[in-house]
Amino acid sequence: MLTNKEVAEHIAEKFEGKVGDFEQPYGLLTFYTLRENIIPLLQYLKEHPTYKIDFLTDITGVHYPENTGKEFVVVYHLHSLINNFRVRIKVALSKDDLHIPTASELYPCANWMERETYDFFGIIFDGHPNLIRILNIEEMDYFPMRKEYPLEDATRRDKIDALFGR
Amino acid sequence: MSDIELLPKQGQVAKKSQPELVEELTTLNLGPTHPATHGIFQNILQMDGEKIISSEQTIGYIHRAFEKIAERRPFYQITTLTDRMNYCSSPINNFGWHMTVEKLLGIEVPKRAQYIRVIMMELARIADHIVCNGILGVDTGAFSGFLYLMQKREEIYEIYEEMCGARLTTNMGRIGGMERDLSSTAIKKIHEFIKTFPPVLKEFEELFNRNRIFMDRTINVGAISAEKALAYGFTGPNLRAAGVDYDVRVMNPYSSYEDFEFDIPIGQHGDTYDRYMVRGEEMWQSLRIIEQAINNLPEGPYYADAPEYYLPPKDDVYSKMEALIYHFKIVMGEIDAPAGEVYHSVEGGNGELGFYLISDGGRAPYRLHFRRPCFIYYQAFPEMIKGLTISDAIIIMSSLNVIAGELDA
Repeated sequence: MLTNKEVAEHIAEKFEGKVGDFEQPYGLLTFYTLRENIIPLLQYLKEHPTYKIDFLTDITGVHYPENTGKEFVVVYHLHSLINNFRVRIKVALSKDDLHIPTASELYPCANWMERETYDFFGIIFDGHPNLIRILNIEEMDYFPMRKEYPLEDATRRDKIDALFGR
Repeated sequence: MSDIELLPKQGQVAKKSQPELVEELTTLNLGPTHPATHGIFQNILQMDGEKIISSEQTIGYIHRAFEKIAERRPFYQITTLTDRMNYCSSPINNFGWHMTVEKLLGIEVPKRAQYIRVIMMELARIADHIVCNGILGVDTGAFSGFLYLMQKREEIYEIYEEMCGARLTTNMGRIGGMERDLSSTAIKKIHEFIKTFPPVLKEFEELFNRNRIFMDRTINVGAISAEKALAYGFTGPNLRAAGVDYDVRVMNPYSSYEDFEFDIPIGQHGDTYDRYMVRGEEMWQSLRIIEQAINNLPEGPYYADAPEYYLPPKDDVYSKMEALIYHFKIVMGEIDAPAGEVYHSVEGGNGELGFYLISDGGRAPYRLHFRRPCFIYYQAFPEMIKGLTISDAIIIMSSLNVIAGELDA
C-alpha cells in the first residue's frame, strides 16, 4: 500500500521547487504544480515502476475570481489501479494567460475532458487536437462556469441573496 | 499520410488533389433523434457503401448546466439534479451524491441505512443492465427478450415506488440516511423479486447467450483492448469486459460493500458479446448482494444523528421548538456546510461515477463537478466503429450503454 506521505516525499524530492502546497483533504493527496511541469509530472507518475499512477480519472477547472493572479485552477484526478492510490494535482493559472499544455497525448481520454474545461472556463489547452466547445453551442461567446456569470437573472428583485442562499 | 485519401479505386493511390480517383463517399447523419441511438446525440458518419470510414460526434443536445445550477442550490436540492444524469439507475446517483456530502460533513450513516442503500443501488444496477442488454437484443433484431425483461424492471420500479414514491427520477434517500425505513410491503416485494427474477433472467439468457445469430452479430464486434480501454478512461462493465477487474465497490468500498460476498465478472476481448455477458453476470451478482443484504438487514435507526442536515420527524416539527427551527432551516437551505474538498466515487451503472465537491463554507457548493463515465468513454466510439458497418455501429453504441442524460449532464 502506498501512503500519501511516501508519495508526497518522493515527488517533492524528485520535482524539487516545482511542486508545493501538499495537503490531504479527506485522505486524498493534493498538491500544486506549475503548468510547465504538469506534463512531465503526469508522465513521470504514469511511467513510475512502482507507483503506476496511470489512470486519468478526471480533469476539471475551478474559478476563484478573488485570487488575483491565480484565478483559475485546473484539477487533475489520477488513480493508480494497481496500488489503489489516488492523487489530485492542481495547476493555478492567471486569467490573463489561460494556457496550459494538453494531456491528450499522454491520455487519449483527456481529449473531451479538456474540451469540456475549455467550454466552461475558457482555459486553452495548447496542442489539443480539436479544442472546440463540446456541450454548449459553438456560437456562444462567453464561458458559463465562470463566477461572473450569475445563474439567476441579476435584475430580479424578489430573490435576495441574504435570504435565499448564495 | 494525410494527403492520401482513404479507399482509393483499386490499384491506385489517390491524393487529395485527385478526387476522380476516389470512390464516392456518403455522409450520413445518425441522430440527433434517431430511434436507434437511444438518446439525443448525433454521429456524422462518412460512409463508403456500408462501411464507416470516419465519424464525428456531436453531443450536448440535452445539456442542462447541472454544475452551474448546483452552485446556487442547497445541498439537499442537488439530489434531484443527479436523478437526471443516468436516469436508468437514478438511486445510484442519488446515494453517490449523499455519500459525497456525508463525507464532507463527516456523518457516519447507520448500518441499516447503508444496507438499504446497497439493496436499492443493486436493484438500480439490475434495472440499468436490463435496459442495456434488452436494448442490445432489440438492436440485433429480437424484441421479445426486451419486453420480457421490462416486466421485471417494472417490479423494480414498484419497489422504488414503495421506497420513495417515485419511479424514474427517484430522489431517494436523504443526506444522513434514508427518508423512511423499508416498509413491510417493500421487504415483501424485494423477497418476491429475488424469487421471481432468476427464472426470467435465465430464460432471457437462454434466448441470447448461445444464440447463433446473436453471437455472429456481437462476437468480435467493437472489440477494444484493455490498454486502449484504460487509455480512453473506460470504467465499469465496459472496462471489465476488456479484462480489467476494476470495480469501485471492491477497490474503495462504500456503504458497507465490504460486508458482502460477490464476484466481479470480467471478459477477455472487450467486444460487444463480452460487454453483454459481463452485464448479464453482474445482474446475478447484484441479486446475490441483495439477497445477502435483505437477509442480514441490521436493526437500528435508518438515519444518522445529524439534526442540522437530516429533517426531523414531522410529529416533532409540530410539537418541538428545536425541531421546527431545524426543519425550517433545512428546507430553506440555510445550513452552512464546512469548507472542504471532496472526491467521492461510486460504481454507477456505467462505471465510476465521481463527485468532485468544493465547499467554501457556504450553503451551496462552491464548485461541483460530476465525473460522468459515459462522457469519458463515449469518445472512443469513433475508433471502435471505424471500418465496420452501420448495423455494427448501432449495437456497439447500445452495448456501451451511452445514456444521453449522463453524457450531457
